[in-house]
Amino acid sequence: MSTAQATNATKKPAKRLNFFTDLIKRLFKEKVMGVIGLVLVVLLFFVGIFAPLLSPEKSTTTTSAWNIAHQESRFLAPFTNSKFILGTDQLGRDVFSRLIYGARLSMYVAVVATSMQIVLSLVIGVACAYFGGWFDLIIQRFVDAWICFPYLVILITIMSIVGPGVVQIVVVLGVSSGIGGSRFMRSLVFGIRENQYIYASQAVGARSGHIMWRHILPNIMPVVIIIFSGSMGGMILAEASLSFLGLGIPAPFPSWGGMINDGRTYMLLAPGLIFWPGVALTLVVFGINMFGDALRDLLDPRLRGGLGSYRLDKGEAIAKKLRAQLEAAKPRLEQDIAGLNKK
Amino acid sequence: MRAYAIRRFLLIIPTVVIITGLLFLVLRLIPGDVVTMIAASRTWQQELGTTEAVSTDEIRHAFGLDKPWYIQYRDWVGGFFKGDFGTSLWTGVTLTDELKTRLPVTLELSVMSLIIGLVSSVPLGIYSAIRQDTLLDYTGRTISIFLLAVPNFWIATAVVAYPVVFWHRSIVPIEYIAFAKNPLGNLWQFFVISFIMGAFTSGGTVRITRTMMLEVLRQDYIRTAWSKGLSEKLVVFRHAVKNTLIPVVTIIGGMIPGLFGGAVIMEQIFNLPGLGRYFLTAVTQRDYLIISGWNFLMSVFILIFIVLTDLAYAYVDPRIRYK
Repeated sequence: MSTAQATNATKKPAKRLNFFTDLIKRLFKEKVMGVIGLVLVVLLFFVGIFAPLLSPEKSTTTTSAWNIAHQESRFLAPFTNSKFILGTDQLGRDVFSRLIYGARLSMYVAVVATSMQIVLSLVIGVACAYFGGWFDLIIQRFVDAWICFPYLVILITIMSIVGPGVVQIVVVLGVSSGIGGSRFMRSLVFGIRENQYIYASQAVGARSGHIMWRHILPNIMPVVIIIFSGSMGGMILAEASLSFLGLGIPAPFPSWGGMINDGRTYMLLAPGLIFWPGVALTLVVFGINMFGDALRDLLDPRLRGGLGSYRLDKGEAIAKKLRAQLEAAKPRLEQDIAGLNKK
Repeated sequence: MRAYAIRRFLLIIPTVVIITGLLFLVLRLIPGDVVTMIAASRTWQQELGTTEAVSTDEIRHAFGLDKPWYIQYRDWVGGFFKGDFGTSLWTGVTLTDELKTRLPVTLELSVMSLIIGLVSSVPLGIYSAIRQDTLLDYTGRTISIFLLAVPNFWIATAVVAYPVVFWHRSIVPIEYIAFAKNPLGNLWQFFVISFIMGAFTSGGTVRITRTMMLEVLRQDYIRTAWSKGLSEKLVVFRHAVKNTLIPVVTIIGGMIPGLFGGAVIMEQIFNLPGLGRYFLTAVTQRDYLIISGWNFLMSVFILIFIVLTDLAYAYVDPRIRYK
């Protein structure tokens, strides 16, 4: 008995550390589409991180790999030249290399902008919900005003002031979606602020920062992970839309949205120029959304199926499973009861 | 209900004040180089012999940019009460005049794409939920996630480009067709464009409808309805769908701003003389009075819309107004 207790005691902290491996295991077991999404996400990160190795063009001391122009071979069609697999664009740059470096830009925008969004919306949302009162009332009026502007319109307006650029777009995307997202974080914290353990912590004399960090943040973490994975795709699309309009990442950089915009001018000469960046965008955003969806299903207990499901065949299957578990547990239960009776 | 409505309407006031404040800040951030831009174009005109040379200081004075900020703010907001939302620095046409011809275009586009989006998505979402984890559910969900992933500006560009490239004819005209001139041509043009916009929004609506429906289907009253022996048709349509549509409608209300954002891109690609394209032109020309006036009108319109959806929601769901 004592050895069993000891193993239990050592097992528990180990289980907490294994949260992520557990999650991945369940993903592979329960969500096939989520795995496809995960593969696409991993692919984006792999291509993004190892872009210099994967790209056929190599950077020289004067020109970056995505900007090497071959004047003699412009508008090459895809799959006709072994050196340029997906053809070349109006300046004779390799489309494939540009796509690969575009993945790097998209990855960068998605990760940094989404992190900024999450941090900002957490700071505003948690502070508003926790302190409440006047502070909340005033800050929320600003958020009210902010969400009255259509998202894309805010982005266009601010980008037109700060000018196109990689850093600018990341900051603008992160800040403007962070302010809008704080409303949801606030409602989340409202849900747990009234819990007994918060009052208990306050009664013991814990500081507000401590309570927010130790008690509130861990409790909304699953939802934060869901929002993170759900927002990344939107960030990539927003960046692409802005670059398409000429307000995002400026011209020589290989942004996928900007590449589509460039291709519009030359659609009769090289119809492939609009095609490939769009395919890349769709695949990446599709993968991120698929993965995010599966993650939400795994992390959000409200969406899990089970006894609540109304379908009779499913209910019967669950009842069967429960009955079988009960049968299996019977001998042990009887043993326990016998042991108690002896005492 | 009346107390809630009054409270909700009173909250409009500080929001509008903050909106004007934010826009005024933006308005003051831009002028620096717009003045030099205009000065440059005026001197260019002067070279042609049309007008006299104008210094940047004179332009500043003409626009009232040399006055203290609080007077500028007062003049600017004061204009709203007189129906003056700004005049273009380049063309001299007021925003109100432009609105008269451009608003119908954007409205037709938004309303049509909203209808297409809803008609195609809500039934699919409901069906996906009542047959959860079946093949159709998986297909529907995959398609909806896919639709959310496809950039609509890419599809629009492809719709413009590829028929011309491969079949030497275009599906949708690149120039705006007025309804008065050619009703069928106008409807076809807007149908194609709204379809592209609607497909994008319907991806989101399918998912929202499905999630809401799943939540409703797990409620006690649905179990009661089943145990009464009601048919599936009655349970789904009389009990579940009605309760699902309430939150869905409010969320769709929240999508209206997004429609205006989408219209900006679509009007740009398809050359429609709507509000979105007007806004983009103003942005590229740094026509800051038009940018801020446009933003003000748009945000107030959306604010009113948000308040009305809130009120409608409170009307159907009494729990909200007693908070």
